[in-house]
Amino acid sequence: MTTVDPTPAPLVPVPEADEDSQFYWDGLRGRRLLVQRCTQCARYRFPPMPACPSCAAPGGDVVEIEPRGTVYSWIVVHRAFTPAFRDDVPYVIAVIDLPEGCRLLARLEHRGPIEAGSPVTGSYVDHGTWTELRFRVTS
Amino acid sequence: MTTGSTTAAIVGVGYTPFTRRSGRSVLDQALEACRNAILDAGLATEQIDGIATFMLMHDSVPAVAVASGLALPRLGYVLDAQLGGQAPAYLVGQAAAAVGAGEADYVVVFRALNGRSGSRVGTMPFPGPGGQYRYPIGYDAYLMYVAMWARRFLLETGQDEADLAAVASTQRHWAATNDRAIKREPLSVTEHLAAPFVVDPFRADDCTIEVDGACALVVTSVERARDLRHPPAVVAASVYRAGPRPGLDIGDHLLWSDYTRNYTSHLRDDLLARAGVEPADVQLAEIYDCFTSTVLIGLEGLGLCERGGSGAFLRAGNTAPGGSLPVNTHGGLLAEGYLHGMNTVTEAVLQVQGRGGTRQVPIHDVCAVTSGALMDGSALVLTTDR
Repeated sequence: MTTVDPTPAPLVPVPEADEDSQFYWDGLRGRRLLVQRCTQCARYRFPPMPACPSCAAPGGDVVEIEPRGTVYSWIVVHRAFTPAFRDDVPYVIAVIDLPEGCRLLARLEHRGPIEAGSPVTGSYVDHGTWTELRFRVTS
Repeated sequence: MTTGSTTAAIVGVGYTPFTRRSGRSVLDQALEACRNAILDAGLATEQIDGIATFMLMHDSVPAVAVASGLALPRLGYVLDAQLGGQAPAYLVGQAAAAVGAGEADYVVVFRALNGRSGSRVGTMPFPGPGGQYRYPIGYDAYLMYVAMWARRFLLETGQDEADLAAVASTQRHWAATNDRAIKREPLSVTEHLAAPFVVDPFRADDCTIEVDGACALVVTSVERARDLRHPPAVVAASVYRAGPRPGLDIGDHLLWSDYTRNYTSHLRDDLLARAGVEPADVQLAEIYDCFTSTVLIGLEGLGLCERGGSGAFLRAGNTAPGGSLPVNTHGGLLAEGYLHGMNTVTEAVLQVQGRGGTRQVPIHDVCAVTSGALMDGSALVLTTDR
């Protein structure tokens, strides 16, 4: 964020990791995308949770996958609803389909037109105490 | 046409004015709306023996506070739901069940909030485990989640922003003669599309207006209803439905597979079967419209028009005054104000009772009502007493 506004932007909200999600945030910190895979039905899932939302099996394996997928849907935020993001507008938030079968929510860095199905690749952006997985359209 | 579970009816409605700054407590407004509904039904306050209400994150008052403020001698049924716009039709169904089970004779259902001058639901962080993935990246307002669905819905069904604009424009026709409506001035599709985006694909007039106010209704048995002032609005069917994997909280839609179909697609068959009607029997509809897109998704989800055909259906005038299927006859939440869909139900009651005044539709025997926007929600079929 580059700005000449003398008032510093309020701090960006920090993810409130919990017992279920700590591995995910730790993974991003180490530049790895970690998600859960059900030990019973083998489906991948996101967000992290203590049981499989498809078959109810508790637990699950944590596995590393590649941060790449396609755009399922997206919005362009022209008006910030939290002061922390006032210097970011306009910005894009996308729902990304991963080939493993689960979905992520992420910022999408893109200035041109976006289409459903556009291929995207993620990279890791550090914010002080946490790391964001941010995507861009792969040309 | 209707069969089965027609045990309960809505017999009265009550409102406060909808304002941008009430200067009043939420309880004060809740009591006024409840008193008005009780008076409208022709009941004495002490006859009320059940209360159902809902709130999001402490933006309202508990039912017992209203029981105290109404000086009720006893309360036999209570429900304080921690829900948003999914709740109103569901609460009517719960009240009807309580009446049918003999737990209460007359149940008041209300929603009250200082939704404009107090805590504003549109931008409050929802508690729950899904927030950690949303708020740090600026995915932090409810309209963003609905906009995310709207984009995919429009793309997949071959519709566009002009179809969203048609919803807002059509509903303004209805709002024009509604004294309660916040937005009454005409709005053309061209004017709508000329406005800047708030969150693309939504512009300001794609969004409801947050207001201060309260709205209430009274549920009792059909038998008792027949002795009261107004014709009963019979609860012919009520259904709550969450589809599979509804998420970790009210703002988490990552586990939901299809953003072009919301809860209305999942409850349609049960709703119509319980009411004993077909889509073609529905004569008017009050569709929850926190944003324009939910009207299109709801009409298609309920089978009231073809998939991908809702925009054209609106643009042909079907849902406007004089149309074949009047929709959101108060102007909707978009124009009247955001009482989280409680005012969607009360408008349906007024129409079915034939008390819609200048906006009364001529044929009003079967009305579909929905509550909710995304993964879960509820719906009613209200009918005249036949």
